[in-house]
Amino acid sequence: MSAVLVVSRLAKSFGGVHAVREVSFELAAGELLALIGPNGAGKTTCFNMLNGQLAADGGSVRFEGRELLGLAPRAVWRLGVGRTFQITATFASMTVRENVQMALVSHRRRLREWWRPTARLYREEADRLLGRVGMLEQAGRACSVLAYGDLKRVELAVALANEPRLLLMDEPTAGMAPQERIALMALTAEIVRERRIAVLFTEHDMDVVFAHADRIIVLNRGRLIAAGAPAEVRASAQVQQVYLGSRGAH
Amino acid sequence: MLSSFFIQTLNGLASASTLFLVAVGLSLIFGVTRIVNFAHGALYMLGLYAAYSLIERLGVTPLGFWGGIAGAALAVAVVGALIEMLILRRIYHVPELFQLLATFALTLVIKDAVLWAWGAEDLLGPRAPGLRGSVELFGKPFPQYDLALIAIGPAVLGALWLLLNRTRWGTLVRAATQDREMVGALGVNQKWLFTGVFALGAFLAGLGGALQIPREPAQLFLDLAAISDAFVVVVVGGLGSIPGAFLAAVIIGLIKAYCVGVGTVELFGTTFAFSKLTLVAEFIVMAIVLVLRPQGLLGRPHGLQRVAAAHVEQPLRPAGRALRSAAIVGLAALAALPLATTGYTLVLMIDILVFALFAASLHFLMGPGGMVSFGHAAYLGLGAYGAGLLLKAAGWPMEAALIAAPLVAAAGAAVFGWFCVRLSGVYLAMLTLAFAQIAWSIVFQWDAFTGGSNGIVGVWPAPWLAPRPAYYLLALALCGGAIWLLRRMLFAPFGYALRAGRDSPLRADAIGIDVRRVQWAGFVVAGACAGLAGGLYAFSKGSISPDSTMAVSRSIDALVMVLLGGVQTLSGPVVGAALFTWLQDLVARGTDYWRAVLGGAILVLVLAFPQGIVGALRAWSGAREQR
Repeated sequence: MSAVLVVSRLAKSFGGVHAVREVSFELAAGELLALIGPNGAGKTTCFNMLNGQLAADGGSVRFEGRELLGLAPRAVWRLGVGRTFQITATFASMTVRENVQMALVSHRRRLREWWRPTARLYREEADRLLGRVGMLEQAGRACSVLAYGDLKRVELAVALANEPRLLLMDEPTAGMAPQERIALMALTAEIVRERRIAVLFTEHDMDVVFAHADRIIVLNRGRLIAAGAPAEVRASAQVQQVYLGSRGAH
Repeated sequence: MLSSFFIQTLNGLASASTLFLVAVGLSLIFGVTRIVNFAHGALYMLGLYAAYSLIERLGVTPLGFWGGIAGAALAVAVVGALIEMLILRRIYHVPELFQLLATFALTLVIKDAVLWAWGAEDLLGPRAPGLRGSVELFGKPFPQYDLALIAIGPAVLGALWLLLNRTRWGTLVRAATQDREMVGALGVNQKWLFTGVFALGAFLAGLGGALQIPREPAQLFLDLAAISDAFVVVVVGGLGSIPGAFLAAVIIGLIKAYCVGVGTVELFGTTFAFSKLTLVAEFIVMAIVLVLRPQGLLGRPHGLQRVAAAHVEQPLRPAGRALRSAAIVGLAALAALPLATTGYTLVLMIDILVFALFAASLHFLMGPGGMVSFGHAAYLGLGAYGAGLLLKAAGWPMEAALIAAPLVAAAGAAVFGWFCVRLSGVYLAMLTLAFAQIAWSIVFQWDAFTGGSNGIVGVWPAPWLAPRPAYYLLALALCGGAIWLLRRMLFAPFGYALRAGRDSPLRADAIGIDVRRVQWAGFVVAGACAGLAGGLYAFSKGSISPDSTMAVSRSIDALVMVLLGGVQTLSGPVVGAALFTWLQDLVARGTDYWRAVLGGAILVLVLAFPQGIVGALRAWSGAREQR
């Protein structure tokens, strides 16, 4: 199985503090990889370098053989990388359907059109995606009035709109009730497996991580300290020492 | 040569003191209340007038003179405290844009109050007793009073430093500047803190004005001149930073003085009149600083600011059958109007059409685009002057000149917009104002090409368009068409991308939208539409001047029209423009104090209908439907 994403020796420091040091890992198609670590371990920094929001100090991030470092988030997306945010980011003045249509219009490079109404573009396709995440009944509602869990589903549909081969999900279940978390992550796992999308996600909820991740990598103080199948990581003495001690907090 | 350089340096430092006094008050008020006080220039002007009257009454003795200046500053402080308690206190929670408008409305009211109390004549005050002469410096005479002014700036800076760092009240002010909510949570009575800071800021503005009494006559245009200067100083120095305001005042004071000192220079065979560049120079400094260091020289970085949306906007709904039929009937009625009348009504209707397009173009920018422009008149003016100059100077036929008007404005919007889309919120609004002032200054000062303050006359339409009904129908077709086009754009992907960038820049970027580029395109489209309005305006009036097309007040007119109708509605700007133009026509003919009436109306609007008329109607009908 060839790797979709190859991260090697990724590094970033903020004014002398090494937030991420020499982190390397790989990710294969259809694989769900969880990136975990205690607070301040460098997860978010790592994430933001992958998606183009933050410039890296060194290393490389190759997606299907192409270097991502130095690209703007929108260029990363154009290559086929979807993403969801820790705090949902949707267009509040648009309906659920329009949010998805917007991503489809952008994917097909029709953003510059100034005559034909957006409402008629890719409507069926948007509805298919919304149906897949269970949001079709609410397609006509404004995003500003949705419950938080539903917004997360809309984000998932938006992230799927450009037929990504890689999905970056920053804390996909943050801010949700425990029941909703399991449901959303199960849905995500189902969708990405049927489409063979590689997924990298960070997560605080260990139940979610151990239930759905194929593999886990553990960061501590900017370094990768363990990587492997859930069972291996769970058994690692080093991980237990630096990380699982804080498990009780969740 | 060297001695004149020193003298110009001293001149620059003297004017820097005045700039600092006005700007530091503005900065203090912003730091604590987060209100950009547009009325600060009016308070400065009020200080100058009050000092004139007080000194006249007290007598031109040292005691009378300095007592008069102190009394004037205190009187302005009282006015400031009253403004804060009666008006500003009610609008701290409304969006920044409304606060700016409310304080602009105060400017209008104060201007007319001054006109009523002191009249329209320029009033020249006495020179300071004991400081009437001049001293010999570097072999040249230099006024003693200006030396005193040079000392007053740093003295006030020092006094403010002591006040803020050595008193309990000052500690509270500094704390509130950093974190207002926290100070409130600690049990400090914010109301009186805010009133006190506003009074102090007003005192400093009044003092700055009063100290000018021996140097320049009290005049009615000083309010806008002072506020433009103060904006520039505060933005260059960093909003909320007192040392920043001082540094910026010195830099700008010096640059202006050197421009005057250099005078007219022969460069590469052309004459450059640097002395005429003073107005432009400070705005160029501001534009450079804002682009390179958006938070100002000594300001702290600021997060994304949003000015426009008061409430979360509802999704766009295409017009229903009823609205569509109503629009068609309305257009048909408008087209048939020349059958009923060819009189003054048609003249007024042409104005309404032109301003409806102007307002709609601003709405496009500030509503869906989320970019509030305080200088939209620049594009109206560029269109008007583009058309006028192509007709008169280049000898183009009128039809071609009119077609070129939106293109000229679009070119200007492309240049200005490139800088503007790099900023957001209040800073964006100030940069748009700065660019509009640059455009105004160039047109105003470039006599040979633009006719300067007299403008251009004889800008008449082609013979077949000269009859009033013909021109009216042309305006109806072009303005109606352009407004319809703007609406189509809003429903098309381009308009959606614009709103996407406003709603969530983060998400827009993450789905491949180049937000700055889309905003830039939005700027150009809005500029082109305003330019078309400007071209139509020029040929409808027959003459154009910088003040009728490009002045700050024109930009504010457009803002009021949009807010009158409601930012969050597409039909709002058209309704607002019609109502505003009609009311202005009605009121201006009935009274000399139309500015005060307008200002009062804006205040009522901001205090009572923050959603605008169409917004309020919609909320009202929505509430009825739910019942």
